[in-house]
Amino acid sequence: MSSRVITVQESYAQDLAIFRTKFHWGVLFAFLLFLLTCPLFFSDRMLTIMTMIGIAVISVHGLNILTGYCGQISIGHAGFMAVGGYASAILCAKLGFPFWVALPCGALTAGIAGLIFGLPSLKIKGFYLIMATIAAQFIIIWTIIQLRSITGGADGLSVPKPTIGSIALSSKINYFYLVMAFACLATILAKNIMRTRAGRAFIAIRDNDLAAEVMGISLWSYKLQAFFIGCVYAGVAGSLLIHYYSFASIDQFPFMDSVWYLGMLIVGGMGSTTGAVMGAVALRLLDELITMVGPILSAAVAPQAAASLALISHGLIIIIFLIFEPRGLHHRWEMVKAYFRLWPFSHEE
Amino acid sequence: MMTFFLQLVVTGFALGMIYALIAIGFVIILKCSEAFNIAQGHFVLIGGYLGYTFLVTFGLPVWATLLMAILTAIIMGLLIERLILRPLVGQPVLAVIMVTIALATILGGLATLIWGAEYKAYHGLLPTITLKIGEISVPSESLIGLIVSIVTVTILMLFLRYTKIGLAMRATAEDLQVVQSVGIKATTVYAVSWVIASVVGVIGGILLGGVSGANMELAEIGLKAFAVVLLGGVNSIGGAIVAGIILGMLENVAAGYLDPLLPGGGLAKVFPFFVMIIVLIFRPYGLFGLVRIERI
Repeated sequence: MSSRVITVQESYAQDLAIFRTKFHWGVLFAFLLFLLTCPLFFSDRMLTIMTMIGIAVISVHGLNILTGYCGQISIGHAGFMAVGGYASAILCAKLGFPFWVALPCGALTAGIAGLIFGLPSLKIKGFYLIMATIAAQFIIIWTIIQLRSITGGADGLSVPKPTIGSIALSSKINYFYLVMAFACLATILAKNIMRTRAGRAFIAIRDNDLAAEVMGISLWSYKLQAFFIGCVYAGVAGSLLIHYYSFASIDQFPFMDSVWYLGMLIVGGMGSTTGAVMGAVALRLLDELITMVGPILSAAVAPQAAASLALISHGLIIIIFLIFEPRGLHHRWEMVKAYFRLWPFSHEE
Repeated sequence: MMTFFLQLVVTGFALGMIYALIAIGFVIILKCSEAFNIAQGHFVLIGGYLGYTFLVTFGLPVWATLLMAILTAIIMGLLIERLILRPLVGQPVLAVIMVTIALATILGGLATLIWGAEYKAYHGLLPTITLKIGEISVPSESLIGLIVSIVTVTILMLFLRYTKIGLAMRATAEDLQVVQSVGIKATTVYAVSWVIASVVGVIGGILLGGVSGANMELAEIGLKAFAVVLLGGVNSIGGAIVAGIILGMLENVAAGYLDPLLPGGGLAKVFPFFVMIIVLIFRPYGLFGLVRIERI
């Protein structure tokens, strides 16, 4: 990686640190300051967009651990978000739990759902697992519709505005801070999970599961761990989404979202925490752009143009990245950094 | 009571044959190029709408509609293979699957753009044949679906058995390297497999469109085709036919008896997924699939 002469590491701790240089720390503080002061110079609409980005980042981190690191492809992520979201919504609305208790409970429920649907992964992989997770998505949504007395079925369920202690999280600004705190925490946690024994085991399983097993990595335990962690992330994201709207509805977790989260991962770069963030931010912003352009196009061409533009551009983005930049934005970013590190004395390859 | 049951079984059988037809497209691509085509359901969607366009908008007779739809499907298959799948030959499984998911999204978007995602009915335009076996009357659409599927599957079987390219496709499914060393172009085989998949998808779409009208939900038939494929074993054409019929009948019977008992209904929609999960847990390689032995 970086081998500039002035970054001399004197201990292993220094070498392992995520933020190694003063420049890194500077960038980190500048970024946190930016997040803290966002509400001062951003409009409500911009804050909403950033809140949504934050939720997407949390969710994509989960998918990245499961798919990017452990290689267990899941196209049911929105379904697991629905489990977490609905669990915390029911706890809040029906049993009167406070928000800060309901959210972890929801996350845990999603994790357990992940364990259940992760069970087939012990026997199958690749396409078969994709089918199992697609099935999970549809079965979860169907179950939610069936349990009408608890979940409100297709009509949805209204949830009281979340509060923590005496602070009401009803305003956009408060909720923005909450989501950003969770997103930052999720990022740090994701980055660090990958530096533990479990994280390295995930990568070994992804690269060659048989070899990993021979080396003494218990596939059974680690695959289920990956499912659990990934789905806990999804559960947190789902809870935050539902509490943001104060309303739980199955329309918030469509199948296409599951595909779209995987798209974010591909665009950002699989198996990289930075990539997950980059992909979520890039594609959410693209979505906003489409929502802005859509009505203009609808007026100009045909009423259905906006909907089809969204679908076609989503598909095209994924195809273009898979063909021309399969390692994602993160890889491109590393290349740019490497270029400037040696500039002006860089020579290719 | 018995009549109701038999009625469900008979319509389920015809429906299952259409599922099998669609699933065969999936199996052929998988056998020849080891690509999992998630967009198979969207070929059905396009087919349903093409049927509407040619039958209603252009007012063509049925045979001309089929011919035009097949021509469109051939062009579509060739374009998709050349533009999207060819650059990804040799890439990991996930890349190929994601690209077909993206393809599905794009096809859905195109259908929305061209046909407005609306419900377009054209039943009654297909010829009507009525058949009564004892007390059970076979609906005309089911019968036509059954006949056309059987004819298409037979043609396909003959094609794979007696034509040069068909034999090349079967050989490719066995061993790519051997095929290349005897001078068969693998890219041609891939292209033909995509053409076949899109043709059977489009035919299935027209048949289903004749039953329920063309709408965006036709794409979900693709998901049922996956359940069929998993149940039959992903690389077995015979398995797809048997599993298609089993699933069609099971689904119809289960929906017929259980839907009145469940508040939200819609069991037919999720039924294939329950089958999928059960098959994946207990018999991942399906009824007739090849059990892969992996070595490091």
